[in-house]
Amino acid sequence: MTADRIVGIDLGTTNSLVAFMQGDTPVVIPGDDGSNLVPSVVALDKNNQPIIGNSARRFLIETPERAVYSIKRLMGRGMEDIQEELKLFPFRLAEDLQPGEVLRIKLDQKTFTPPEISALILRQLKRNAARYFAGPVSKAVITVPAYFNDAQRQATKDAGRIAGLEVLRLVNEPTAASLAYGLDKKQNGIVAVYDLGGGTFDISILKLHDGIFEVIATNGDTHLGGDDIDNLLITIALDDIRGDLGIDLRRNAEAVQAIRKSVIEAKIALSTQPSVKLDIELPGSKRYRREITREQFEQLIQPIIDRTVGPCKQALKDANLKPEQIDEVVLVGGSTRIPKVRALVRDLFHREPHTDLNPDEVVALGAAVQANILGGRSEATQDMLLLDVTPLSLGIEVAGGVTDKIILRNSTIPASATQFYTTQIDGQANVAIHVLQGERELAKDCRSLARFDLKGIPPMAAGIPRVEVKFLIDANGILHVSAREQRSGKESEIQVQPSYGLTDEQVEGMILDSFDNAEEDFRRRQLIEARNETATILTALEKAKKSPAWGQLTSDEKKQIAKLEKALTAVNAEEDYQAIRKATDTLNHATTRLAELMMDSAVSSALKGKNMEETDLGEGPTAPHPMAKAEFE
Amino acid sequence: MTKAFTEIGAKPLPQETNSCWSCGSMRAAHFCEACGKVQPPAPVDYFSFFGLPAKLTIDVPALEKEFYHLSRKLHPDLSARAGSQEQQWSLEQSSLLNDAYRTLRDPIKRTQYLLRLEGVELEEQSKSATEQARATGGVKKQIVPPDLLEEVFELNMQLEELKMNKQTEEDDAALTAEIARHKVALEEKYESLLQELQSYWKQWDALMERNPRAESAERKQITGKMVDVLNRRNYIRNLVRDVNTALEC
Repeated sequence: MTADRIVGIDLGTTNSLVAFMQGDTPVVIPGDDGSNLVPSVVALDKNNQPIIGNSARRFLIETPERAVYSIKRLMGRGMEDIQEELKLFPFRLAEDLQPGEVLRIKLDQKTFTPPEISALILRQLKRNAARYFAGPVSKAVITVPAYFNDAQRQATKDAGRIAGLEVLRLVNEPTAASLAYGLDKKQNGIVAVYDLGGGTFDISILKLHDGIFEVIATNGDTHLGGDDIDNLLITIALDDIRGDLGIDLRRNAEAVQAIRKSVIEAKIALSTQPSVKLDIELPGSKRYRREITREQFEQLIQPIIDRTVGPCKQALKDANLKPEQIDEVVLVGGSTRIPKVRALVRDLFHREPHTDLNPDEVVALGAAVQANILGGRSEATQDMLLLDVTPLSLGIEVAGGVTDKIILRNSTIPASATQFYTTQIDGQANVAIHVLQGERELAKDCRSLARFDLKGIPPMAAGIPRVEVKFLIDANGILHVSAREQRSGKESEIQVQPSYGLTDEQVEGMILDSFDNAEEDFRRRQLIEARNETATILTALEKAKKSPAWGQLTSDEKKQIAKLEKALTAVNAEEDYQAIRKATDTLNHATTRLAELMMDSAVSSALKGKNMEETDLGEGPTAPHPMAKAEFE
Repeated sequence: MTKAFTEIGAKPLPQETNSCWSCGSMRAAHFCEACGKVQPPAPVDYFSFFGLPAKLTIDVPALEKEFYHLSRKLHPDLSARAGSQEQQWSLEQSSLLNDAYRTLRDPIKRTQYLLRLEGVELEEQSKSATEQARATGGVKKQIVPPDLLEEVFELNMQLEELKMNKQTEEDDAALTAEIARHKVALEEKYESLLQELQSYWKQWDALMERNPRAESAERKQITGKMVDVLNRRNYIRNLVRDVNTALEC
C-alpha cells in the first residue's frame, strides 16, 4: 500500500539515514550519490539555497559561516545549557537572541532554529526515499537517543512536522538497534545495548521474551560521543600549532575545519592502524605534522570513554542485575569501532560484544522494523512488540523548591500519574504548576519542562477547589497534561509554556512546503506569522471589551479602536503581510491604555474575591509559585 | 487469560456495557475477544484491572504473563492506524496497564497501594509532614521504632564520634568497623521486615477470603500492623543511608 508507506529514520548527530522494510528485511535507502549515510551537515550556497549531506561538507571548510554540523546537540536546549557546546563547536547564534527563547543559528545572514535545520536534513532523507519509491513519502518513525528529555523529543517531532512528515513514533536508538538484531535472532534473554554515537551515549538493558522487547533500564549522556574525541584532538593540534609556530588559529574557522577533517580521518584510521601521521596545510603555506600512535590515542581518549562507565553501572543497578546476568551485549554507533571502546565494554559486561550489524546502520534498520510494526506488520514482525521506558523521572515543584517525583525513571511507557491541587486565595482562578524532569532533589537542579497555568477555576473560597491533573507520558516519551476541577466538573484550561520549545503556531509557520521557492516561501511564512498576530490581537480585544476596563475608556478612544479594528480585519483578508503588520501595530498602539487598565482591574477584582466570570480575563493572580499540593481526607 | 488467573477467581469488572463498541460481540474487560478492538477504559483499581481480588499474595510470574498478554492487545502500536478515539483509548488503557503492573509486581508498592485503597496514610511518607518540615526548614519528626531505640542511640553516638574524628583527621579503624557492623545488622533487620510483612499479607488475604467487605476491627488491625512494618522499614532505610554517607565522606 503506497499510502501507508512508513520509513524509519535515524536522525544522527554526525550522519542520518533512512531505511525501509522490504518484505521481511530492512534495507537502507541510499542517496543520489549512492551513499547510505547522509552527513548531518547543512549549508547555504551563494543563492541561499540549502545544501545537505556530502555536498554540504566542503562548505564547512570553504565558507564555514554558511554551514552547520552536529545540530542535534542543540535540539530542545536553551542558551544557558549550551555554554560548553559554544566553546567547542562553531555555532553562530543570532545576535538578538533573548534568554529563554528558542535558539536560532546564523547561516550567513539568515537564522534558523535547531528543529528547522534538522528538518532540512529530514527533508533530504524524505526526498531520497521518494526517489527510491518513485512516489511520495509522508510518514516516518524517527529515532532519538534514549536519554533525550521531553524538550529534545518534542523538538525532534517538530522537525519532522516542519519537514512535512507525520511522525508516527519516536523510538529510542538503542531499542531500535535491538529490534534490528532481534529480527533474525529470535531468542529470549537479557540484552545490553551500548550505543556510543557522534554526540550521544545510551545504555539500555532489555528483556527479550517471545518477541516482546521490554526495556528494563536505560541511562546515558546526551552530550558524549565521537564529537568529544574530535574536539580533544583539535584542541591538542591548536595548542601544538600555537606552541611550535606561534600562531593562534582558534578564531580562524577555515583552518579549524581543515584540522577537524584531518583529525577525524586520523581517528578512524587508528581503529585499524597502529599509528597515523597528521599532515595539515596551514595558512601562510606552513604545515603541521605530527604522528599519533594508537597507544597515545587510547591514553588521550580514556577520560572520555570512561564517562560511559557510570551510566552502565547505574543501568545495571536500576535493572537489579549483575554483569554476569547479561546474556548478550550489542554495540551501536560509529564510535564503538574504536578498539579501546570495545575493550571497555568487554571488561564491563564480562563478555565479547556483538558487532554483526553495521553500527552506523543498525539504528535506522531498527526504525524501519518499528515502522513496519506500526504500518500493519509483515510475517517477520508478527509477534514483535516494543515496551520502552521513560529515561528520566518526572516531577512537580512543591513548596520549598523541592521536586516531588510522580513518575519514576525506567517506568514502562505509556505511564501516568494523577495529582490534586487547590487554591490558596479566595476566588483564585489560576494555579501554576511547574513540571520538571530529572533525578535531583531540588527543582533548580532538574530540567524545567514546562510551566502550566490551570485557568478558569470556578471562584470558590481558598482550599475548596479540587483540581485533578493527569500527567501522561505517551509511547514517544512525550508528556501530556489534562486537568479537571472535580467539585464543579469543569474542565480546566491548561496553558503550556514549554521551557525550550516552539509553539504550535511557530511550527506551522516553519513548515517547509517547498524551500525551492525561497522567495515565495519567505513571503508565505511572513504572511502566516502576520495573520497569527492579527488573530492574537483580535481575540484579546474581544475579551477586553467584556472587561470593566473597557467602560473606563472615553467614547473617542472606543471609536478609534473600533475603526482600527475594522481596518485590520479588512487588510488581513489581503495577501500583503507588510500592510497587515502595520495595521496590527497601529491597533496595538491604540489599545495600550486599555491593556494597562485591564491589568489594574484584573488584579484588584481577583483580590476582592470577585466572580471571575465578570472579568473573564483568565488573568487573576497566579498562585504563589510553586503551588502547595492539596491534601484531602 | 492465563490459567493462574482464572484459578484465583477473577472478580468481574464494574462496567456499564459488556458488548464491544465496534462489532457488538461480548467483550473481554479491556479489548474485544471477537474483533480485538481496544475498549474504552473503565475507572477501576489496579487489582480489578488484572481481574484480581484485593489480596496481597500475588503470583508474580503469572502477573508478568498476563501483563505481556494484555500489552499485545492494548499497546498504542496496535492502534497506530486506527481513528483518534481508539488511539486515545489505547493510550489510556496501556498506561493504566503499565501503572498497575509496576505497582502490583513490587511487594512494597503493592502493599502501599492497598493501604491507600483502604484509606490509610503512611506516616513516614506523609507528604504534608515532609512539606511542612521543608517549608519551616525543620527536620521531619521520626519516631524511633521501640525495638531499635538502644541500637539507634549507640549508633548515633558513634556517628557523632566519627564526625569529630573526621574534623580532627583522626582515623579510628575500630570505630569504623563497629559502625559497619551496625550497618550489617540493620540491613539484616531490613530484610527480615519483608518476611514480617508477608505474614500480615496472609492474615489480610484470609480476611478477604472470609469476607472482603467486612468493616471489622480486624481489618483495621491488620492494616495498622502493615503500616507499622512499612514505617520501621523506612526508618531503617534512612538510617542505613545516613550511615553510608557518613562512611563515604
